[in-house]
Amino acid sequence: MSAAPPYPQKRTCPYEPPEGYRAIGEQGPVLKVTLYDGRESWIVTGYKESREILTHPNLSSQRTHPGFPIVAPRFKSGIARSLALIAMDPPVHDTYRRYLNPHFSLRQVRKMRPEIEQVVDGFVDKIVETGPPADLISLLAIPLPSLVICRHLGVPFSDHEFFQDASGKVMLGTGEESATAAQSLVDYLEALTADQIANPTDGLLGTLVRERVQTGDMGHDELVSIALVLLIAAHETTSSSLALGIITLLEHPDQLALLLDDIDRLPAAIEEILRFVATTDLVATRVAKGDIEIAGHHIREGDAVLVSGTLANRDTAVHNEADTFDILREDPHHVTFGFGIHQCLGQNLARLELEVAMKALFTRLPKLRLAKPVSELPILGSGTVQRVLELPVEW
Amino acid sequence: MTLHVAVDRDVCISAGRCLATAPDVFDQDDEEGLALVVRQPTGDEEKLVRKAEYLCPAAAIHLSN
Repeated sequence: MSAAPPYPQKRTCPYEPPEGYRAIGEQGPVLKVTLYDGRESWIVTGYKESREILTHPNLSSQRTHPGFPIVAPRFKSGIARSLALIAMDPPVHDTYRRYLNPHFSLRQVRKMRPEIEQVVDGFVDKIVETGPPADLISLLAIPLPSLVICRHLGVPFSDHEFFQDASGKVMLGTGEESATAAQSLVDYLEALTADQIANPTDGLLGTLVRERVQTGDMGHDELVSIALVLLIAAHETTSSSLALGIITLLEHPDQLALLLDDIDRLPAAIEEILRFVATTDLVATRVAKGDIEIAGHHIREGDAVLVSGTLANRDTAVHNEADTFDILREDPHHVTFGFGIHQCLGQNLARLELEVAMKALFTRLPKLRLAKPVSELPILGSGTVQRVLELPVEW
Repeated sequence: MTLHVAVDRDVCISAGRCLATAPDVFDQDDEEGLALVVRQPTGDEEKLVRKAEYLCPAAAIHLSN
């Protein structure tokens, strides 16, 4: 029997799986892989099996468990291991989630559309003003999610620039720059939370102070922890999905033409983008807190478990021509936002940002094209969010 | 026989897939953001409601005949 193949592997194209994933998918839906630190982990690559394991009561998110898999060096940090919601199991997870649900429900998020449209129009104006070649990473993909989450949380307007700059550095800086910027954001959130507790304003943080801090349900540290996780989760994933989605459309001109023929196809096209691009590669890192039987395999208590969104989204058992990008696909089901109780809290906000941004960009600049071949775009992100560092376009 | 739909608000996580899929049948309340059934589906809506049940990440939608 051959050794467990390495996972994750680095993509060479921003939206296509690495070459080595084909063989991993063929050995699925459940197999063992070797992590970067030499440890072994189970990985689930089947779509049906992903849904099954992500709703299994013995699957745990406790990142402090010694068996918890570390998929990239940056996940070793104390901050990464103690994230609110993401690193929690029920019952605490469910309590926090219920505090936040009304502020991220589809119904609530829909009310944010006019504001997001206005923000996006401003960014597209700036792109037009800059003229070709314009970099859509710095002019759109990074500032959009930053500004939207700032406004939602209730970050004072005068601090937006610091916020955008620091979050840009967390994402795109060197290792040291990134760590310094992350610490500056934590320090900032500590101070902002103290201000909000003293004098709550209209945003989500002020609302949580009134609804949960003043009632004694949570304290300062918990609110800082929630603010941090909302910030981290909102940024990188949305930013990268937007950039990779634009590239995917530009690289599939027949599909882009179908979209431009009828822009009402955009919500369905976004589901197909989410399926095809699988921005996070891994949709779950977990540890088994009890035995799990799945697809004829016996996962033991303490074993590490990963779920591959990249492979589950392209499972040929559920999708015809799974490797084809097809915006008219009838059921572009995917696990890009996860499944089960941890499914992405911000999924509807992410969808809305993608929709508003792509609609404005492609309707105002219908001749949009890449200013460099996709093979020359610098990419990053093995084991984390798949990113392009630069996206120069012309029109 | 038409389909009867119920939502288990104790397990709902406000993902909104039901409302996005079958907007005439499901909604979310403002207070908790949780799913609710606006009205029972017509025969034509059965397929959409089954899809909503499939997409619900929390298995909160219960269908019966």
